[in-house]
Amino acid sequence: MKYSYFPGCSLEHNAEAYDSSSRAIAGPLGLELVEVDDWNCCGATEYISLNMTAALALIARNLAQATKNGLDQMIAPCSACYLNLSKCDRYMVTTPELAERLNTALAAGGLSYQGGTIKVRHLIDVITEDVGLKTLASKVTRPLKGLRVAPYYGCLISRPGLRISEHNPEYPVSLDEILEALGAEVVDFPLKTHCCGGHMTQISESTGFDLIRQLVKGASDYQADMIVTVCPMCHLNLDAFQNGMNNFFKTNYQVPVAYFTQMIGLAFGMSARQLGFGTSLVSAGPALAKIGEELPAAAPAAGATKRKRDDKSLPMPTPLAAGQGKGGSGKGQGQEVSR
Amino acid sequence: MSDGKEPRIGVYICHCGSNIAGTVDVEEVARWAGEHLPGVVVGRDYKFMCSSLGQELIEKDIHDLDLNRVVVGACSPHLHEATFRGACQRAGLNPFLFDMASLREQVSWVCADRAVATEKAKALIAGSVYRVAQNEPLEPIIVDINPNVLVVGGGVAGIQAALEIADAGYHVYLVDREPSIGGHMAQLDKTFPTLDCSACILTPKMFSAGTHKNITLLTYADVEKVDGFVGNFTAQIRQHARKVDVSLCTGCGVCQEKCPKKVIDDVFEAGLGYRKAVYTPFPQAVPKYPVIDVQNCTYFQKGSCKVCEKFCPTGAIKFDQQDELLTVNVGNVILATGYDLFDSRRIPQYGYGRLANVFTSMEFERLANASGPTNGKVVLRDGVTVPQSVAIVHCVGSRDRNYNSYCSAICCMQSLKFAHLVHERTGARVYNCYIDIRTPAKSYDEFYQRVLEEGTVFVRGKVAEVTDAARVPGEEGKLIVQVEDTLVGHQRRIPVDMVILSAGMEPRAGAKEVGKIFGISCSMDGWFIERHPKLDPVATMTEGIFIAGVCQGPKDIPASVSQGAAAAARVLGLICRGRISLEPVRAQVNQDQCSGCRICNNLCPFNAITFIEERGVTEINPALCQGCGTCVAACPAGAITGTHFSNTQVLAQIDGLLSVMA
Repeated sequence: MKYSYFPGCSLEHNAEAYDSSSRAIAGPLGLELVEVDDWNCCGATEYISLNMTAALALIARNLAQATKNGLDQMIAPCSACYLNLSKCDRYMVTTPELAERLNTALAAGGLSYQGGTIKVRHLIDVITEDVGLKTLASKVTRPLKGLRVAPYYGCLISRPGLRISEHNPEYPVSLDEILEALGAEVVDFPLKTHCCGGHMTQISESTGFDLIRQLVKGASDYQADMIVTVCPMCHLNLDAFQNGMNNFFKTNYQVPVAYFTQMIGLAFGMSARQLGFGTSLVSAGPALAKIGEELPAAAPAAGATKRKRDDKSLPMPTPLAAGQGKGGSGKGQGQEVSR
Repeated sequence: MSDGKEPRIGVYICHCGSNIAGTVDVEEVARWAGEHLPGVVVGRDYKFMCSSLGQELIEKDIHDLDLNRVVVGACSPHLHEATFRGACQRAGLNPFLFDMASLREQVSWVCADRAVATEKAKALIAGSVYRVAQNEPLEPIIVDINPNVLVVGGGVAGIQAALEIADAGYHVYLVDREPSIGGHMAQLDKTFPTLDCSACILTPKMFSAGTHKNITLLTYADVEKVDGFVGNFTAQIRQHARKVDVSLCTGCGVCQEKCPKKVIDDVFEAGLGYRKAVYTPFPQAVPKYPVIDVQNCTYFQKGSCKVCEKFCPTGAIKFDQQDELLTVNVGNVILATGYDLFDSRRIPQYGYGRLANVFTSMEFERLANASGPTNGKVVLRDGVTVPQSVAIVHCVGSRDRNYNSYCSAICCMQSLKFAHLVHERTGARVYNCYIDIRTPAKSYDEFYQRVLEEGTVFVRGKVAEVTDAARVPGEEGKLIVQVEDTLVGHQRRIPVDMVILSAGMEPRAGAKEVGKIFGISCSMDGWFIERHPKLDPVATMTEGIFIAGVCQGPKDIPASVSQGAAAAARVLGLICRGRISLEPVRAQVNQDQCSGCRICNNLCPFNAITFIEERGVTEINPALCQGCGTCVAACPAGAITGTHFSNTQVLAQIDGLLSVMA
């Protein structure tokens, strides 16, 4: 199965691990990814609310570039890119006047795009629908047994009308099913579609930190060893701001965050290093230890000093706390009657 | 013209107030028909053709102008074909020399442009005029009514219908697929607004139905097939094997007591309690005989056990008992097949099935019921903890276009009843989260006032989610109901111990198939369609098939009982008349043309076609034929004619239509 691949800015920088792990698992899953040539920023969540036409033109340029691959489907692993690209494509189908304006803009660069030409897919949708859970499970060589994970979808791919894997937008289950297929112990995470705050930490620190706290606390209450996400924005908030949030609320949560593609890679027997583990701020070490995988030791050259300092600052209680939570019911409710 | 006379046709265009005249230029259509259409002697328009004055107009013209054909352009033939046929008949004209064009349903209600609508009306009238010229006089078929009645569904509506008919002296076959009659009402604790015990008022009726000399009770049975027509139906009923010989069983209950296999009762106890593999659903079950649930019985699954057989004092357990097929002949059928409760798991954000202390309305009924799994104690799912606070969520699966857009009619009152019961039994703080409160029947709003005065907190807003993810210390260990209080304009998070989801009503999962068996159809939502929503709510488009209770649409107990009685009254009316005249619209085989190919033989949905071996031709039984036309279209030799729908008539109508459209 051959697809155009739109990594997006995040996957080149803060979410490099998402990119490397996506590319690493593509082969075993039978996905051939052809990167869109000379793609540009999708405008993230901000631009579209400042200047809609300009923002959409920016997005449409990527769709136009994608047509050059001669493939009718394009994978965008980043949820924001996925949402922007799908929106733009749909608007160009439903609003011919807009399509005309965008094409005028595209013409300046010698490009054009007809709405509906490219089917924009999120990677999670391709894995559930095109690859299938059966095939996925058949490739597992190292089941993630004993690892308690909280599946976190975020708000961008769980919007009504996107039709990802026949999602129920209120309570999607495709990520739950993927992680189950990998052998992990999946928490029924009630906050799975709640907002991570987006760029709220830059606007109102207290609001942003409170949203992050709810999610991290929720995962911790459910005794999850880690949060598994599908979105670079969510990853950034939950990982990079976790310690800031801890300082703000005087708490000490240490819940590592990983991309679902990293988890798939682990289950396929790939090394943590190959999958980009060790690049996040909250250490996934204790969680990975549960499945007998070591976190890559002190990272390469540039980040060495920084990481060392971080390693020191990580308090020891975290692995213990995570280990203790293993057997709990994690529900805080009366015992379920089995039906 | 078969009678040799030239056609003299009268055309009458109805204004239907402004229903038709508002969109169609009715004066113009009438004038044009009178002047341009072949055979038309007079064209008139009138405000309400169906009024007695309108009908008299037709009758007078038949006399004065010597009309021998009549066309009326008005509403749908469903509504008034019989009316105008009657007018023709009174004036001495055979009622089948009449044709009706639907200028309301097919024109004015679906067209916006006056010029286009008027053109279409002309085309339909021309079709009718061309067709009516080819009509032949026909005589109705008179058939006798078998006074026996089949009632399908033994809930309160079916029981009421069966008792009314049986008390009037006629025989009823009352069929229910469950081991006992009683339906949903038998599961309930109290009934609103009077709070009388549901079982106490239902069981006397169940008992009467079970012992009535005119009622044959067939429980644990399904109707598989129905043939025939009004007055003369033949129903095939599968009596599932109870594995218990009811002629020997005394209903002592020893088998249930001794049976070692306990299973969760998903039907009567709504999944909240247990029953044995051999069981009667509840102590007051009618009939009292148990059934063996073969799927869960240790003997049937593993080949050994037979404890029930060992302990049965009368030797009534019969492991080798087989299903029985019964055939009954009845004149009329009443369907009272009820509803399914909306499956709350379809709204995952409400947590049912995930969060232990989220209950459905039916689970709460069983919880509150003195004969339920907790003997009426309102407790959390751990079976012991009494809730300190309870939230009741209205409109779960109803008034929500993601699920069902209709209102389930009972949930408001049911939720108010729950609020009262929780107060009474636990003293807990109760929150009712509602969209609108709908209490529109006798003494209902007074009950609402009473619950308000008891101190129930009413929050107007649709619940967004029920979660156990606490944000602040007060929420720890609680279920949090997130809801926008639309009266205050604020989001609220209400921490409670228990949540009750007031789930709506849905058509039975198999309603469409049941409809097919009985030849009636379902609405878009899946409820059986009545003949007229206001004026004929218990009859259906199929003569002799009636509907009652929730299978027709959501309703409460009083309304279901009323419909059961109403359906019985309609059936008794037919029985008392003794005979009924049927439309002579039938298929006929021209035996000289029939080649005996037998293509039509298996197509007839009414089994009206038989092949006569010795003559090598096919014959149609006019009593069984419903005039559907399937065989007419299928016959390769063109040997079958549909009376009143002959090729000549249909082609003439098309010619008429095209004469205007072209």
